Amino acid sequence: MNELTRIETTLKDWESDQEVRWCPGCGDYAILKAVQRTLPQIGADPANTVFVSGIGCSSRFPYYMESYGFHTIHGRAPAFATGIKLANPELDIWLVTGDGDGMSIGGNHTMHLLRRNLDCQIMLFNNEIYGLTKGQYSPTSRQGTNSPSSPLGSVDRPLSPCAFALGSGARFVARGFDVSKKLPEVLIAAHAHKGAAFVEIFQNCIVYNKDRFDDFAVPKGADDTQLWCEDGQPLLFAGGTKGISLDEPNCTLKIVDVVDGDWEAAHVAVHNTKNRGLAHMLIDLRITPQFADFPMALGVIYDDPRPTFEQSVIEQNAKAAEGKDANLAKLLGKGQTWTVEG
Amino acid sequence: MATLAAEKQAGQTAPEAVVVRFAGDSGDGMQLTGGQFTLSTALAGNDLATFPDFPAEIRAPQGTLFGVSAFQINFGSTAIETAGDAPDVLVAMNTAALKVNLPALKPGGLVIADSGEFTKRNLDKAKYDTNPLEDGSLAKWDLLAFDISALTLEAVKPFGLGNKEALRCKNMWTLGLALWMFDRPREPLHQWLKQKFAKAPELAEANIAALNAGHAYGETAEISGPLKQVHIDPAETEPGLYRTVTGAEAISLGLVAGAQLANLPMFFGGYPITPASAILHHLARLKEFGVTTFQAEDEIAAICAAIGASYAGQLGITSSSGPGIALKGEAMGLAIMTELPLVIVNSQRGGPSTGLPTKTEQSDLYQAVYGRNGDAPMPVIATRSPADAFECAIEACRIAVQYMTPVMLLTDGYIANAAEPWKVPDPASYAPFPVKFLTEKNDGENLLPYKRDAKGARPWIKPGTPGLMHRIGGIEKQEGTGNLDYSPENHQAMTDARKAKVDGIANDIPAQDVCLGEEGGKLALVGWGSTFGPIHQAVRRARRKGLDVSHIHVRHIWPLPANLGDLLKSYDKVIVPEMNTGQFKTVLRDQFLVDARPLNKTSGQPFQIAEIEAAIEQALAE
Repeated sequence: MNELTRIETTLKDWESDQEVRWCPGCGDYAILKAVQRTLPQIGADPANTVFVSGIGCSSRFPYYMESYGFHTIHGRAPAFATGIKLANPELDIWLVTGDGDGMSIGGNHTMHLLRRNLDCQIMLFNNEIYGLTKGQYSPTSRQGTNSPSSPLGSVDRPLSPCAFALGSGARFVARGFDVSKKLPEVLIAAHAHKGAAFVEIFQNCIVYNKDRFDDFAVPKGADDTQLWCEDGQPLLFAGGTKGISLDEPNCTLKIVDVVDGDWEAAHVAVHNTKNRGLAHMLIDLRITPQFADFPMALGVIYDDPRPTFEQSVIEQNAKAAEGKDANLAKLLGKGQTWTVEG
Repeated sequence: MATLAAEKQAGQTAPEAVVVRFAGDSGDGMQLTGGQFTLSTALAGNDLATFPDFPAEIRAPQGTLFGVSAFQINFGSTAIETAGDAPDVLVAMNTAALKVNLPALKPGGLVIADSGEFTKRNLDKAKYDTNPLEDGSLAKWDLLAFDISALTLEAVKPFGLGNKEALRCKNMWTLGLALWMFDRPREPLHQWLKQKFAKAPELAEANIAALNAGHAYGETAEISGPLKQVHIDPAETEPGLYRTVTGAEAISLGLVAGAQLANLPMFFGGYPITPASAILHHLARLKEFGVTTFQAEDEIAAICAAIGASYAGQLGITSSSGPGIALKGEAMGLAIMTELPLVIVNSQRGGPSTGLPTKTEQSDLYQAVYGRNGDAPMPVIATRSPADAFECAIEACRIAVQYMTPVMLLTDGYIANAAEPWKVPDPASYAPFPVKFLTEKNDGENLLPYKRDAKGARPWIKPGTPGLMHRIGGIEKQEGTGNLDYSPENHQAMTDARKAKVDGIANDIPAQDVCLGEEGGKLALVGWGSTFGPIHQAVRRARRKGLDVSHIHVRHIWPLPANLGDLLKSYDKVIVPEMNTGQFKTVLRDQFLVDARPLNKTSGQPFQIAEIEAAIEQALAE
């Protein structure tokens, strides 16, 4: 995020004149609208906003935004973003990537951007499949996924993007899903975080991995399957009748029943976005087999800012240059020299 | 060339040039010794060229043949353009160094050896059955063997160093002897040692004592034996301020100058790789010149970040060697497609794959000119020497920003590490080429990010500019608007436009000159890159013998100078000496249908003058 003057815009102002070319019904449409809804709310300036992407369905995103946009090469968007931000730290950078782009071919760059803490928002659209290349299994596909490249089912174990992000040193980790009404809230929080803000967005690929997230992302039963994390609030779900509590003897989380709304009596944990240990446990829920019966943790799971990369680079550059004479002629003639007389 | 050995045979005393090779274990400090000897040579006013030759291992096991590190310097009172074919003097700090370097030594040359190192154990390691210092096998050379180790220990005794630390002063003892041999003052070295060991004055004193002891030994030993003091007159050079410069330094300085002439801050993305890292190291210390250096997580990220910085309005630069350049290929294609300026420096080394990391080769020319997917034309410039690297780096920056294109600058391991005297240029003597960013719509009410100017270049638009929001990417773009467009006629038109833009640079670079000889004749030697020195000297020698041969050295590898085809056709024969299997030869044949013949060497060592001279004589005898 940047502390710049708020600019008044509407959703329409953020729509480019380019025809959107995703498959009809693709979750990407909903994410596009959520972003176009978010930007006016945060007072973003289209001229100062840059969408940077890699390759894949999600990475077409910049073309549809009426802002600056750079559709780069497969997996490398974090590296481009780093150069852009170091060259002009005033720019507000949104990185758009997918599970293949950001976790497979570009995993290295994602890791290092998070480690360095470059100030930007990373939206990783996770549809657990390679869509643009016609449906091969991806690094987040569940074991046994049948696909053109795994006709007998994939044997690889999937990785969890949020666990990857935390492991890489991310200071902001959040989750949402394409059609969620709360997605703009999550994006606003990501934007408010100064530093690398990692947002995993579950996204429905209706052609190659249809309804993959229906077990928690459909309105029916959502109360029981979604755990919206809010800083300072108890971790409640199922309409407040259940909560997440610390299972101390086992050093893990457990589900507890809440009677008459008395969550304190039930020892429900209060979410603290600065608690890294808690974040590690929350992102495992519903994904790791032993927590399969838990709800999916959504919202801002971790948010604990640290100085950003570009800030540190700029400060160091300024300090190194302090009091030094940037005279090229002097630099060229530096060291031991001798004069040949005419 | 009159050399020490040759002069001695002729009974003369003042040679025009001398070649000295310092060789020792990779831990013996030979590169440091060579570097300081180079500086004292430059201060004495001699022209010079050097060739550092060191192993890929940082600290190879002591005493092994593969752990030998050498530094050769050729200096004289006439123009010196190569590090010399064969040494007149070999300083061997250990047994392995003698074994490895002896074959190169001129007959009648002088061997100075540390006899203290010729122990049974070291003889075994160097695979000697008997001690060469004693078995008469060195009869065709002059031999001066004495216990440098013991003499050094004796000299530094008063400073109470441990045995290991004391022996580390051996290289300074040797340098002291070399300074005496060539009549050089010791004071600059004293100053340098005091500065280098400012935090450990006892080490400075010990090293100075060792240096002085080596010098004194020379004075004493002169009385009897083969050791003689030699004085080389200063070379005739253009008046002005001089310093020594390595290729890596000159490129770094040239890039800083180029960015200043373009009026842009510089962003340098790099990843550690031999022999390119030195450029990253130099630039990392020049922040006050608006330089940001970024050590990326890999070669790909280094170039991508540089492209990102260019997109945002800085001059993006990246640098690597062959294997790293291979990794950067896809991103170069993106810079070509999106038409963003970028300079890519390739410090070539022996390949393929990891190849010979510390040895030199010119085998990345195909990679530079052709090595990308799709029709991806990109200008390529090759520097011929450390001093020339400065000019080439500026030229690369100019072409990049004026044509909105990535440019590859080819150098190599030899140029990167070699030092030569450099007449310090005046930055004010270079024509500035300030960049003008687009700040308002360029087609009435519309923005056309891919509208071309007379050069075929598109406008440079910085994100953050109000009202000029647009999208770019690697997908084929519509002419003018830059919007996605896969249509057949558009791809044809855009492919043609990208090619025409780069081809057009041929009209914006100097016509190819003949650097020695005439336009037209029996034979032309056409070189590029670091073969300049040996080709030039070989042609000079052949011409002195009355042979009709000329030297053409090409800086602009792609596009080639517009007159080059006609120039080449004005000779009966064309030979292309290069340190690869004939890559530039193939390009010349393809572009001009000339019968260019190859003269190739891929041993990891530069050409010797004699090798090229022989090829000239053979070609003219046919």
